[in-house]
Amino acid sequence: MKNVIIIGNGISGITAARHIRKLSDHNITVISSETDHFFSRTALMYIYMGHMKYENTKPYEDWFWEKNRIDLVRAYVNSVNSTQKTLQLSTGKELKYDVLILATGSKSNKFGWPGQDLKGVQGLYNFQDLESMEKYSPDTRHAVIVGGGLIGIEMAEMLLTRKIPVTFLVRESNFWNNVLPEQESKLISQHIREHHVDLRLSTEMREILSDSEGRARAVVTGDGEEIACQFVGLTAGVSPNIDFLNDSGIETKRGIMVDEYLATNVPDVYAIGDCAQFITPLPNRRPIEQVWYTGRMQGEVVANTVCGNKTIYKPGIWFNSAKFFDIEYQTYGHVWNQLKENEAEFYWEHPSGKKCMHFVFDSRDNTFLGINNFGIRLRHEVFDRWLKDKRDIYHVLENLREANFDPEFFDKHEEEIIRAFNQQHKGQSITLQKQKSLFAKIFS
Amino acid sequence: MTKIIQSIGLVLFVLGLGFFISLPFLDSFKLTDEVLKSTLGNEQHYELLSEATKPMLDKTYTSSFSFSSDFITSFNHVNDALKAEEKWDQVIWDNPNDLTMRLAIASNQSFAKENKFLTFLLTFVVAIIGSLMYILPKVNDGPAGIRNNHIFHRALSNRGWLGIVLGTFLISFYILLYFTPQHITSWIFITDPISQALSGNTASQWFLYGLLYTIAVAVMGIRMIMKYRHSKYQIIRTLSVIFFQTAFAFILPEILVRLNQPYYDFKNMWPLDYDFFDAWHVDTLTSSGGIGIFMFAWGITLFVVGVPVFVYLFGKRWYCSWVCGCGGLAETLGDPYRQLSSKKLSSWKIERYLIHGVLVFSVIMTGGVLYTYFTGAGQVFGLETSNVRSTYGLMIGSIFSGVIGTGFYPLMGNRVWCRFGCPLAAYLGIVQRFKSRFRITTNGGQCISCGNCSTYCEMGIDVRWYAQRGQNIVRSSCVGCGVCSAVCPRGVLNLENSSEEGRLNEPLLIGNDSITLQK
Ligand SMILES: Cc1cc2nc3c(=O)[nH]c(=O)nc-3n(C[C@H](O)[C@H](O)[C@H](O)COP(=O)(O)OP(=O)(O)OC[C@H]3O[C@@H](n4cnc5c(N)ncnc54)[C@H](O)[C@@H]3O)c2cc1C
Ligand code: SF4
Repeated sequence: MKNVIIIGNGISGITAARHIRKLSDHNITVISSETDHFFSRTALMYIYMGHMKYENTKPYEDWFWEKNRIDLVRAYVNSVNSTQKTLQLSTGKELKYDVLILATGSKSNKFGWPGQDLKGVQGLYNFQDLESMEKYSPDTRHAVIVGGGLIGIEMAEMLLTRKIPVTFLVRESNFWNNVLPEQESKLISQHIREHHVDLRLSTEMREILSDSEGRARAVVTGDGEEIACQFVGLTAGVSPNIDFLNDSGIETKRGIMVDEYLATNVPDVYAIGDCAQFITPLPNRRPIEQVWYTGRMQGEVVANTVCGNKTIYKPGIWFNSAKFFDIEYQTYGHVWNQLKENEAEFYWEHPSGKKCMHFVFDSRDNTFLGINNFGIRLRHEVFDRWLKDKRDIYHVLENLREANFDPEFFDKHEEEIIRAFNQQHKGQSITLQKQKSLFAKIFS
Repeated sequence: MTKIIQSIGLVLFVLGLGFFISLPFLDSFKLTDEVLKSTLGNEQHYELLSEATKPMLDKTYTSSFSFSSDFITSFNHVNDALKAEEKWDQVIWDNPNDLTMRLAIASNQSFAKENKFLTFLLTFVVAIIGSLMYILPKVNDGPAGIRNNHIFHRALSNRGWLGIVLGTFLISFYILLYFTPQHITSWIFITDPISQALSGNTASQWFLYGLLYTIAVAVMGIRMIMKYRHSKYQIIRTLSVIFFQTAFAFILPEILVRLNQPYYDFKNMWPLDYDFFDAWHVDTLTSSGGIGIFMFAWGITLFVVGVPVFVYLFGKRWYCSWVCGCGGLAETLGDPYRQLSSKKLSSWKIERYLIHGVLVFSVIMTGGVLYTYFTGAGQVFGLETSNVRSTYGLMIGSIFSGVIGTGFYPLMGNRVWCRFGCPLAAYLGIVQRFKSRFRITTNGGQCISCGNCSTYCEMGIDVRWYAQRGQNIVRSSCVGCGVCSAVCPRGVLNLENSSEEGRLNEPLLIGNDSITLQK
């Protein structure tokens, strides 16, 4: 029986803890300085908007931890001594570990903007950020958000529910176009504006101005315009939260360096989730994966390794999802913001401008490579299978109905999509698999 | 503009409701000899009571409480004397509260009594128009989508003072309606014009209840449709519950009465309809010719054949969130409170004992009633079947389903009855759990554990528990309202009928080949 200590009670650390408990009888301790219990970071916005209370965002009831013999410690880890195998806590305590799993997540990026530490200037990553947003909201008459990613758009949606007008500064020429192809990027930009967000593309922030009390009073843009505001959201990405490891002997660059087993350079020390950086990134994947799903997978993998079943981190087909105001987004496989060599595409957009599908396939042998879909839900299991089986684009389109995951009675668009494909690809005439008859639907 | 219309609507609603609530306080009663005679309609009772109620005659009462208390005192006085003399055949066995209600209606002297239709317009119609003026302009609120903004910030939807006020109001309403209707007579008779138009009869407290119920389902149904106007599933489902409540539960039975046929709600079914096998009901149906026999056979076919077949094909939702009246009210009037249902594991434990307990109780009760019906013996195993029946009616039929079931909407969520008490839901649920094509499919590994689905599950199912481990949701309590699927921001949940294979799947999160490949 070993003493396993996990720093971080986010999805990665908690998944690791749960699986270690399933697989072994080790002592498990999870340390976090953020909250007493695991909650869903992805739901922070819903707490602010009043869709949920903090309680509702906890995936497990409070008795769960004791019942599964997972000790929770609320403290900040000041430093790690990896030769002595000890941790120094902010409470003054020292803990000894046999195995250490670092799952410390991220912190919001600050790029040295003048005024970035003023009152009313903040990112949105942790629970304390939420509390701070609550604190500054009541006397905010206008807000500026800087950085056009997923968290930025969530922040805009949040502020609008408090009737706070938002100016959204995005450095790129289209929203999130370092990830999304131009078509989707435009569609989303349109939708952001439909929600009365003052979206300024190709606009940078130069500095934040202070009032006499040290609170933000305005933002100055790259071309010198001053926008009065009392709140500034900094949402230009996140980076690994690893400062406390400086003298630990654990190798770090931007993140904590790990191999394919998620092991660091120090024996018995692992890193998972947002804070881990792969020495050798997997093909088509980033060296630091900052999403919920990969954190969860890595937690399960490391649990196996820690419990004596050495396991390589081998994520399957890439997938992700998000929601931009009212438009849901899912993606399977790879759709890059620019077509790569030997890639071809097929894009369909619904006249409403709120639904689209973007297919990418190999221009040489038509192998299907990936899809972005907006406003329509698709089946993960089906796309995972098609991508693994290296199906071609024709197979995917012909069987598109099988992948539809929209609720009953929703408008179906497969026929339009096929028609559009045949029109754009002269000489092609693929036909959609027949729909099941009502009778067959009910009884088969 | 939108705001102005909404504000006017709100004012109208408050005025209409305020006037409605104030009606009983504006009542005055004057009992005359004539009224007593014609209302009792029984020479012997009249003789017995006219003596005792002498001091009441021609006196003006300004409150139903003093009126009722004086009358019931006289009533008990007469009965107690008869009982003391053991003149059992002369004792007046009528329910004193019902009798008082009839007398109070007949001797009511208020403005409302003289102006029934006008009062109806100023209360019901003004409140309805006001509500619609508040609800319909929401279409201009911006793009359609999930807007659960501020639900947990508001006093009405987060058990704040408004929620407690509303809960108290609803609970009081049910207690007055079920137990002491003599205090709400003006509410009852202002619906006379409607009742007379439908069945030809004056209104009873049950007509008032049916009308209020139907209006609540319709108006709040429109609200539901506006709120979920981006979801065709929600629109069609809500139209369905409005239709079944209005046509089947409210209008059709009244028309049957007008045609001298038995009052019958074709969509209600045993064991929710717990008096279906009562002797008087069976006798009424079987003595009403072909149509009565058909009703009797239909009622039995519904739960013997309809439940298993339809639950197998579509899940229990075909009834609970598409057809049922209790479900209809929960899905419309109750929608703003769905987030208040407890998701705790401990609640699920209580739920299972309670709801199956009520099912067993209802089967025993009905068995006893039928035993008495066929054998004439009043007792089975030393139990008086009529006592079991009346206990069930009081505890389950009135207190649980009404007072608690609806009264606690703003406190414990909108499906308290359906979740903890309804024996029909228990029966439908057993079929759904073990033999059905229905499930909520979890979309691979897409769940981000945000908790919206669990929070907005009115049945208190911890949907996220399943979704975050990649498992389909197969639960006996799920009524298939579809709101989890609607509020999920990642497209994870879908209500589906499909082949039974793979329905009860092992938890598996697609996407992690490190783990799945080894297995
Ligand atoms: C607003 C928001 C929305 C998001 N939405 C999505 C989404 O829709 N989909 C998606 O895939 N991803 C989303 N993400 C990203 C996703 O939430 C993260 O990738 C994921 O939560 C990372 O999990 P983790 O367990 O690695 O780290 P974290 O969840 O960050 O947990 C790390 C924990 O460790 C604690 N900690 C760190 N250092 C110490 C220390 N020295 N001592 C003690 N405790 C310490 C931290 O306080 C924190 O509690 C979102 C992120 C945010 C902020
Ligand atoms: S709402 Fe969707 S993403 Fe959120 S916990 Fe439920 S299934 Fe998961």
